[in-house]
Amino acid sequence: MWFKTSKPPAPDHCELAIDARGLIKNFGDFRAVDGVDLQVRTGSIFGILGPNGAGKTTTLRMLLGIIEPDSGSRRLLDSLNPLDVAQMVGYLPEERGLYPSMKAVEAIAFMGALRGLSLGEGRKRARALMEEHDLGFAADRQIRQLSKGMAQTVQLLGTFVHRPRLIVLDEPFSGLDALNQQKLERLIRAQADAGVTIIFSTHVIAHAERLCEEIAIIAGGKVPFHGAVEAARDRLRPQVRLETRTLDGPWRAALPPGTQPQGHWWHFTLPETGVEPLLRALIEGDAGIQSLSIERPGLHDAFVAIAGEAAAAEMAREQREHSA
Amino acid sequence: MRQLLRSAWVIARRDFTAVVLSKSFIFFLLGPFFPVLIGLMAGGVGSQVAKDINRPVVAIMMAQADSKALLKAGDTLRTQLGGNDMPRLEVVSDTALNNQDIDRLLVRAASKNGEHGYAAVLSGSLERPRFTATRTDIDRWRGTIGLIVQHAHEGAGTPPVIETRTVEISEGSRATNRLLTAQLGQMLLFLLTMLLAGMVLSNLVEEKTNKVIEILAASAPIDAIFLGKLFAMLGMAFIGISVWFSAGALVIGLSGSSLPAIAAPAVGWPAFLMLGIAYFAMAYLLLGSLFLGIGGMASTVREVQTLSMPVTMAQLLFFFIASLSVSKTGEPIELFAQLFPFSSPFAMLARAATQAALWPHVFALLWQTLWTGLIIHIGASLFRRNVLKSGRARPRGRSVLVRLFTFSRTS
Repeated sequence: MWFKTSKPPAPDHCELAIDARGLIKNFGDFRAVDGVDLQVRTGSIFGILGPNGAGKTTTLRMLLGIIEPDSGSRRLLDSLNPLDVAQMVGYLPEERGLYPSMKAVEAIAFMGALRGLSLGEGRKRARALMEEHDLGFAADRQIRQLSKGMAQTVQLLGTFVHRPRLIVLDEPFSGLDALNQQKLERLIRAQADAGVTIIFSTHVIAHAERLCEEIAIIAGGKVPFHGAVEAARDRLRPQVRLETRTLDGPWRAALPPGTQPQGHWWHFTLPETGVEPLLRALIEGDAGIQSLSIERPGLHDAFVAIAGEAAAAEMAREQREHSA
Repeated sequence: MRQLLRSAWVIARRDFTAVVLSKSFIFFLLGPFFPVLIGLMAGGVGSQVAKDINRPVVAIMMAQADSKALLKAGDTLRTQLGGNDMPRLEVVSDTALNNQDIDRLLVRAASKNGEHGYAAVLSGSLERPRFTATRTDIDRWRGTIGLIVQHAHEGAGTPPVIETRTVEISEGSRATNRLLTAQLGQMLLFLLTMLLAGMVLSNLVEEKTNKVIEILAASAPIDAIFLGKLFAMLGMAFIGISVWFSAGALVIGLSGSSLPAIAAPAVGWPAFLMLGIAYFAMAYLLLGSLFLGIGGMASTVREVQTLSMPVTMAQLLFFFIASLSVSKTGEPIELFAQLFPFSSPFAMLARAATQAALWPHVFALLWQTLWTGLIIHIGASLFRRNVLKSGRARPRGRSVLVRLFTFSRTS
């Protein structure tokens, strides 16, 4: 696999809402996070992508000060102790948690109170937010009486009722139907438009592709990629889908070695020499082009390639250690 | 520190209102009445048994001849009727004392003249005997004393009429009743402590199950969560105590003297109640901290039960030690029970019921405060280290041991 080597320019501290360096966390003999570096620009939407068990949640928990890293440092909103700036942060954990017997409006106000908002103000804002999100009718219902989607929305509203500067969402889309996912995307965009920095983890790439400016891919506790979404997609060469009338001829030399037809179709990665030499060879070699498309890889392909390669490297390392 | 206290306050307020405004709080308020009722009944039976076994001593204050006749009659009747049905008779004086002297004799400290105090006084003469005791003892012994007097008077004319005079309490029965007060206080303290420590534990497990704990941990220092939960339950307990005392006072007020009297503790009721509240707070904070620390380590109800069982059993043992020390004044077991932090609140409360000195309580409370601080610190460390543990599980046995005995490096 061929990768471009692109790294984002290092921003200043004050431009960063989150700046983590070399975070390591072990649980017993198991290293869950292995030297993670993360820089999230203020006011951006940042995605942390990774397969299940990659270390996303542990990384987020360390960033927020819920658990302490074994080594490394993190700076959150310019503070070395995340709990010092807890009032400026909103957090939606992966495993949703609300008191079942609490009324929706009280649950939101309580989450605000935990972040320094007075209960009275919290209730006022909670009602306004629920009205704004078409949940006004459920404000005085107990959480146990709400549907799962409604309860998740309540928790999300509780995440930013205190008007934080940074919102951290751990797998916010999981468990939501398509309509609620769309609502959530709109909500995230609205917060970002208001200048709030948003960082979320997901293993559903489409959300990150639609929302994020920058991403980090975590696999096996490491970060094999960190940068703009475009840069991730650029790490893969464009894919060529070609249909020819003939199946053999001198033009085949222009195709990457080992490329085999599927019927009259050819699938291969665009050679480094570019599209023009390929086209010239196909025309001059009388390949009989029936159809030709050159597609830029999506983030999904980039993710699979990057995470897959990292996972393969990790597996190889474990095998080496095991045999040693 | 400000953030810690503010967060602890937010969490405590939530927990407090959630519990106090729930329907189950009614059951919590009603719950202790049942064991108290059973305890009172058992105490009544126990007191009766104690009275039967420890026969009261009736002091005789009569002229020598009359005293001799009474003693002889007592011995004769004891042989005929069986020993346990008769009070012991003891000649105290051969001159008639006035009422004040008799009262003084009855309230004289039991330990001063040996092993007992006097439950009643028989004075006057065989012709005009006078029996002074508490209402209960007069009712209990009137017949027997009448029989003894009649037997002593035999053949000397018409049987005399015994004049009775009631006093409020005698030192003999006061000491016994104070032991009862001490035991009742200890039992209440123990039941309440165990009940609340169990409640704080189940509250934590519920939050771990609800996954609310992560929301809390992301917003507040773990120590604030720990303290908030601990003090919310303490606040709730004080509500319960207020209700129980008010209900008790109301019942006693309404029923007047029909309730069995509980002897006033040696330090007096106001001081005893204040000390009771302070010792309850100490006992609960000690046990609650331990239980919260354990709750932090457990991830399922089964694990909670397994881990809390040894602590519960140990606490039961310390309670028994404290109970045993009530009647072992001055012995090493009393000292141990008063010094050992987990039995100290119970033992000291019993001491407040039986001994009047207040200064040992000042030292005891300071000593317990020291231990409470230490146990809260250990409990919070365990809690902080384990409450949000995730990742690949280690072998179970080792995991629990390591968690118990390893403290956070990042605390």
